Amino acid sequence: MTFDEKVRYQDTHEWARKDGDLVVVGISDYAQDSLGDVVYVELPDVGATKKKGDPFGVVESVKAASDVYMPISGEIVEINSALEDEPSTVNDAPFASGWLIRVRPSDSSELDALMSASEYEEYTKGLDD
Amino acid sequence: MARTTVLHQWHGSAGARMTGFAGWDMPVSYGRGAIEEHRLVRRSAGLFDTSHMAQYTVSGDRALEYLERLVTARLAGLAEWSSTYALLCRDDGGVLDDLFLYRLPDSWLVVANAANRERDASWFREHLPSSGVEFADVSDETSMFAFQGPKTLSVMDRLTDAAASRIGRFAAAELPLAGASVLVGRTGYTGEDGVELFLPNETALAVWELLLAEAERAGVEAGPIGLAARDSLRFEPGFPLYGHELSTEISPVEARLTWACDLEKEFIGRDALARQRERGVERRLATVRMKERSVPREGFAVQSDGKPVGHVASGMYCPTVDASCANVFVPAALAKVGTDVDIEIRGRPRAAVVVKRPLYTPAYRR
Repeated sequence: MTFDEKVRYQDTHEWARKDGDLVVVGISDYAQDSLGDVVYVELPDVGATKKKGDPFGVVESVKAASDVYMPISGEIVEINSALEDEPSTVNDAPFASGWLIRVRPSDSSELDALMSASEYEEYTKGLDD
Repeated sequence: MARTTVLHQWHGSAGARMTGFAGWDMPVSYGRGAIEEHRLVRRSAGLFDTSHMAQYTVSGDRALEYLERLVTARLAGLAEWSSTYALLCRDDGGVLDDLFLYRLPDSWLVVANAANRERDASWFREHLPSSGVEFADVSDETSMFAFQGPKTLSVMDRLTDAAASRIGRFAAAELPLAGASVLVGRTGYTGEDGVELFLPNETALAVWELLLAEAERAGVEAGPIGLAARDSLRFEPGFPLYGHELSTEISPVEARLTWACDLEKEFIGRDALARQRERGVERRLATVRMKERSVPREGFAVQSDGKPVGHVASGMYCPTVDASCANVFVPAALAKVGTDVDIEIRGRPRAAVVVKRPLYTPAYRR
């Protein structure tokens, strides 16, 4: 299990990484592993504005459909359209080519409220039985 | 407390993700993931622990006539050491279970779904004649595996002095494996060639490990397969799963399973099915393919021109077809190939089209 240290985590298992003025968002390695094989990713329209905590898409695995939530408020400026043909990239590279959306944040300080890699790792340990 | 098979510990050490199924704690997938497991069975070989399934033995002078009256398939012409698929129906034609029956020299082996074990057993016992038939539920002492895929017979042959591939399709034989006598049927539920094995619990682990080790020695790519891939592997060739395409509320005519019902013989439910077949049924099973990858799941509504017309019985992403597909029950007029319907997924109608069944031609029909 990888806990990428360059990103910050939300308790619903999304990660956010600052990328210039923008923030890249994806789901964690822990999340993709729990979901199993991803077969479809539904992403929002570019230009939509969403608040932290709003659902912005759905990741469908063999097992189930799971909502994904904004780790930060802002405007969606890009979606990872490569996932349309290769949704399994979310499993193979959750922190890299398996990213979901790029956001222009309305309040970058929201990033600070997210968990660090070590905090998130601790958090996930509490979730396993 | 969930029930476990003899291999429970083995599954755990192999990194299986477990799930509850019909009261059992069973592997849903192993490390390589459900989709890769599906592909492994289609291209080479996969080993399934199906020990949760129920097994009954039926014997005695009147066993044949007793079973003939209970199940939908004709048994009279069935040779010893061969098998058939059949349904167990109520008087009204509703399906209590779908079964595999193996005719052995002195008895019949009946294989049933784990979820229906108690209900089936009660039904069989209730219908026993006063003498001439012995019925026994042997599920607790029996382990069952399926070894499926185009390369499985070559592995089995290495272990059985080439006896395995001499078993015809849907036939069976008693073969020595790991020092035990194992009933091997050239059957399965994946659409691939392969075998199913019935063996006493005491020898189950040794045989399981032997099969995987022998595949490795033979250079045949093989691995354990969980319930998720078992579901997609049975779905593509159009095999029904009880509780989805079949139930007491669904008739075999609706589910397109009249091929498994011999209406020329007498059996419980025959008259109801003959009537349905003559008059036609209002709804029928159809297979649809989504025009996008969004996954139609069990219970989702089917719409036509914005109106609800049915529901999804099973739906999933199909790895070999490389599309999301579903089995739906819809009015017979909409069940025709080429008909456009919508599946409501998360509040939005998504386009799908009725396609030819099966999505994948099973090996025995190729």
